[in-house]
Parts: sequence; C-alpha cells; structure tokens
Amino acid sequence: MTRRPILLAMLDGKGAIFLGVLAALAVLVPLSNLFLPETSPLHVPTYAVSLLGKYLSYALLALALDLVWGYCGILSLGHGAFFALGGYAMGMYLMRQIGPRGVYGHPVLPDFMVFLNWQELPWYWSGFDIFPFAALMVLAVPGLLALVFGWLAFRSRVTGVYLSIITQAMTFALMLAFFRNDMGLGGNNGLTDFKDILGFSVQAQGTRLALFVATVIALALGYGVARYMVTSTYGKVLIAIRDAESRTRFLGYRVEHYKLVAFTVSAMMAGVAGALYVPQVGIINPSEFSPANSIEAVVWVAVGGRGTLVGAALGAVVVNMAKSWLTGALPELWLFALGALFIVVTLYLPKGIVGTLAERREKRKATATAKTAGIAAEAAE
Amino acid sequence: MTSPTLTNTVLYLDGVSVTFDGFRAINKLSLAIAPGEMRAIIGPNGAGKTTMMDIITGKTRPDEGEVFFGGMIDLTMLDEAEIAALGIGRKFQKPTVFESHTVADNIRLALAGARSPFSALFGARNRIAEERIDAILSTVRLTEHRTRLAADLSHGQKQWLEIGMLLAQDPKLLLVDEPVAGMTDAETAETAHLLKEIAHEHSVVVVEHDMAFVRDLGCKVTVLHEGSVLAEGSIDAVSANERVIEVYLGR
Repeated sequence: MTRRPILLAMLDGKGAIFLGVLAALAVLVPLSNLFLPETSPLHVPTYAVSLLGKYLSYALLALALDLVWGYCGILSLGHGAFFALGGYAMGMYLMRQIGPRGVYGHPVLPDFMVFLNWQELPWYWSGFDIFPFAALMVLAVPGLLALVFGWLAFRSRVTGVYLSIITQAMTFALMLAFFRNDMGLGGNNGLTDFKDILGFSVQAQGTRLALFVATVIALALGYGVARYMVTSTYGKVLIAIRDAESRTRFLGYRVEHYKLVAFTVSAMMAGVAGALYVPQVGIINPSEFSPANSIEAVVWVAVGGRGTLVGAALGAVVVNMAKSWLTGALPELWLFALGALFIVVTLYLPKGIVGTLAERREKRKATATAKTAGIAAEAAE
Repeated sequence: MTSPTLTNTVLYLDGVSVTFDGFRAINKLSLAIAPGEMRAIIGPNGAGKTTMMDIITGKTRPDEGEVFFGGMIDLTMLDEAEIAALGIGRKFQKPTVFESHTVADNIRLALAGARSPFSALFGARNRIAEERIDAILSTVRLTEHRTRLAADLSHGQKQWLEIGMLLAQDPKLLLVDEPVAGMTDAETAETAHLLKEIAHEHSVVVVEHDMAFVRDLGCKVTVLHEGSVLAEGSIDAVSANERVIEVYLGR
C-alpha cells in the first residue's frame, strides 16, 4: 500500500468543495461589497457581510463540536461555554481599546466599573489591552477549562448521558457566575459599545470585511486541523473509542488521554469562533452561556451530518439562515421549528444532509459497479 | 503433577475474593496457568467466570487475594491499559470490534506498538505492519474480507476478527470468553482448530459453555462453581466427577 502525501490524503471530494467555497466567499463577498453598485442584485451590503461572518463563526463552533461528538461520541451540551469564554477574552480586549471614550470618560475603567464605583481594574483584566495576550487567552482559557474539566470527567469514566448532563451543568454554572456584577465582567449587560480593534474602528466597512475574511480563514484552518486529526491514526482510535470504548481500553489505549486531546483542541476551536463572533455582532453577554445555545449547536451538527466535519459547518449556516429569516417573519414560531427540525432529522435523516448525500452516492457507485460486473460476466459467457 | 509455584506460572491467582452488594461473585479462587498452557474454564451461569476475567484484566479490583502475572507483576495494582501493555489480551463474550473501521484497520489498531495520542497524531505508519496484518488475517481466515467494514461481517467472522486483534496485540496470555457462542457447528470446529494453533505460541484461557467444543480443545479443564474451583483435570475426569455432574452437567 503506497502512502499518499498527507495533504492530498486529507482532502476528499467534500473537503475540496468546502475549501473551494470558502476561498470563493473570501474573495467574492468583499469584491461585491466594495465594487458592485448598491442597486445590483449581487451586491452584498455591509450588514449582510457581518451576518455571514456570524454564521461562519457558528460554523467553526459546529466543526469543533463535531470533532468530539461525531468522532469520539462525546455529546457535549456545553460547548457554548467555550465559545462564550473565547468571546469574553476578545470582549475584554475590545473594552480596553475604548480607553477614555466611554460614557463616563474614565481613562482606564470600563463604564460598568465606574458605575459600580470600582476604583481600579481587577487583576484578571491586566494584559487584555495587548492584542497578542488577548489572542492567547482566547485559546488558553477555554483550553484550560476543557483540560481540567475533561481530565476529571474522563478519568472518572463519565460517559454518555451523564457526561452530557455535567457539560450542561458546567455552562449553566458559568452563566450564573457571569450574570453577577462581582465577576467584574459586566454582569447581565456583558461587554459592549466597542470602538476599535487593532486601531481600526469596528464599525468601519473595511474592518467588517477584514473580520469576515479572518473568519473564513479561521474556519478553513479549523477544518484543516480537524481533518488532519480525524484522518490520522489518532482519528482511527477516536472512532474506535466511539464504537467500542472498553475494547479500545483492553487493547492498551489510554482512552482518557485520547478524549482529553480531542476535547481540549475542540474547546480552543470553539474559543476562536467566539472571539471572531464578538466583534462582528458587537456584544458579548452571559446569555451566550445559556444551555439552549449549546443545544442549538448540537442541532446544527445533527442537521448537517454528524461525523462529517463539512456537514457540521453546513448545518450551522443553513439552520442559522432559517433562524434569521423565521425570527424576522414569525418570531414566536422559531423554537417550535427548531424542535420539529431536530425530530425530523433524527427520524428521517439520521446521518444529516451531508451524511445522507454521501450514503446515496456510495449506493449508486455500488450498483454501478455491480452492473458493470454483471455486464462483464455476461460478456464472458 | 507437582503443584505450581509462583515463579513458573504466567498467571497465578491465590485466595481471590470479590463481593458485589453482598453477593460473593468470586470466593477464595486459586488458579495457576503455566507458560504455553491452554486451559478451559467451565461452570454454570453465575459461577464467576466473567468476573474472574474482569479481575485479571484490571476492570474489577478484588477485595482480597493475589493476582500475579509472569510470577512477579501484581495485577491488582494496574489498570486495563497497563495490563494490556504487559501482554494480556482479552476477547469479550459478545464480539466487540470497531464496526466503522475496515477489517484491516481493526487489526492495525490492535498491533503492538506505541499507544500515546501524540505518536498516533504525528507518527508515520510503518510498512512492516502491512505484512503482519496479512499474516494475521490469513490465520483468522479473513484475508478476502480485508477491506470490508467490520460491521458487515457475520457473527462468526466478527468473533474471528476479535481473536485476530488479540493476536495482533501479541500477548503472552489470551483470555477468551465464550468464543463459539452463536456459531454454527462448522464455525465452532474451525474455531477450536484456530485456538489450538494459537496455543502453540501463547498461553490461552478459554471460558466456554459448549462441552463439545471444550472436548475438541483437548486441554486441562477447570470447573468453577459459586466463585471457586470445584474440580480440575482432563475433560473425562471432570465429567465423571459427581459434584460436577450435580451442579452443572446433570442439568
């Protein structure tokens, strides 16, 4: 058996199409926004660029979730927590960039701290005025939480529905904590009223386009990392754990270590997604920790196709487009629609959109091969 | 026959007991397996056969007693992965293979070698592995199924694949739990043949219900009853033992 070069081996048909679409988005959306007249039907208005950027950051969250759920069977109902933590790290950087331009005009303290009569910045805010530090925290905070949480959970062999429940409890606990004003992170209002990022106004058209392109690139890189992991021997062991955990253990694999690596990498990816989300929507508040958000992310992955990576990203975009449209047209119906969607997918499309398409293609190929074989056999007779 | 001493055994259990919620699943069990030996373990349901395997492989910790591997390694202090790394392979009662992997990949994952996530992420695949995989697949009669998904195999083929995975681990001791449950007569005979082949190079402990199969194996038999050894000897000797007939064979 010859070994194909690693990059080629990683790219199957779906992956090539996916990366092609991302490349096209990164080029065409800014071009259309900048150069097509507003009257043109192909013109993408700036608000839509940011909306698309938001969908793509959700797609990265879905990808991260698919890595642990689709390939290792870890159904995390708390991935929104990692997303929100990454978002808060970015939000803290953006708050520090406001400087004296806040409503109260304090040179250092954000408005909400002035309002609470705080005299100085809490220690954990230090360093967040430096972008590289904030960027590091976007990875480190969710990664560290996942490492500690995962170490405790996987070492104690918490699996299945019990694990799902404690991940849910984790995000719920964090939500309650972040709601408190004493946390020094803006309480229920969260962090908002951002002005600059890296010296550029967050409202400016150019910045919005740059953030969009950065999100596309992050999604492509996230896909590359996840795809590398799942196609390596490591990925085969992950799938083995998903299919028969104790068998894997009796073969001498340290199942908890394998899960921990996947869970931590996935949490960091979710953190990056959150960090890209915040400047594009302009706010981060504790509701991002709400359990419903994490569950919604699970629905995206289920709709797109669990264990396909591309499907997870597609599911996130499709479901959120539907959500944007429906919450505009019939706001009270959205939650029912989401529930119905989950039931329909579970019953009729258990492999999701991408999984079902792939299966259909396999079947067609199999019948085609059988037919050719049949014809060959007839010819031989 | 001289009584086995600790140093010349591959597996040595002495006075092992374990209790679950007041139920004594294993009761002062003592057992010694010599290197290269094949041993069949029989006994009625609830005699403690599977619990005994759980203890040897580190899934269950005994309340008291000693379990030694190769005369010097105390297995009660180790977990499953460590025990597997020492060279004890286990086949489950229900065939347990990786259904979404191909037959060859199932064997590949079992092959002896580095087991850490980092070597799995960044290590290159090794070519010698392919030859080992071919050799094992031919031993377990699955060569023509190499590229099929394990999920598509028949029940008997899955049992063989799991035995192949054990071989790939290259263990010093194989624990095989009811390998012929649900097999056709032809498959059963074939499996007896296969296990005898394997026993040339490994110590094998087989837990089984099927008496015809145990007879085919032609090895020493240990009868378990209520967590301890009731009788030990050749199949003819234990079948003639009155207490064995009373608790097990007579039913």
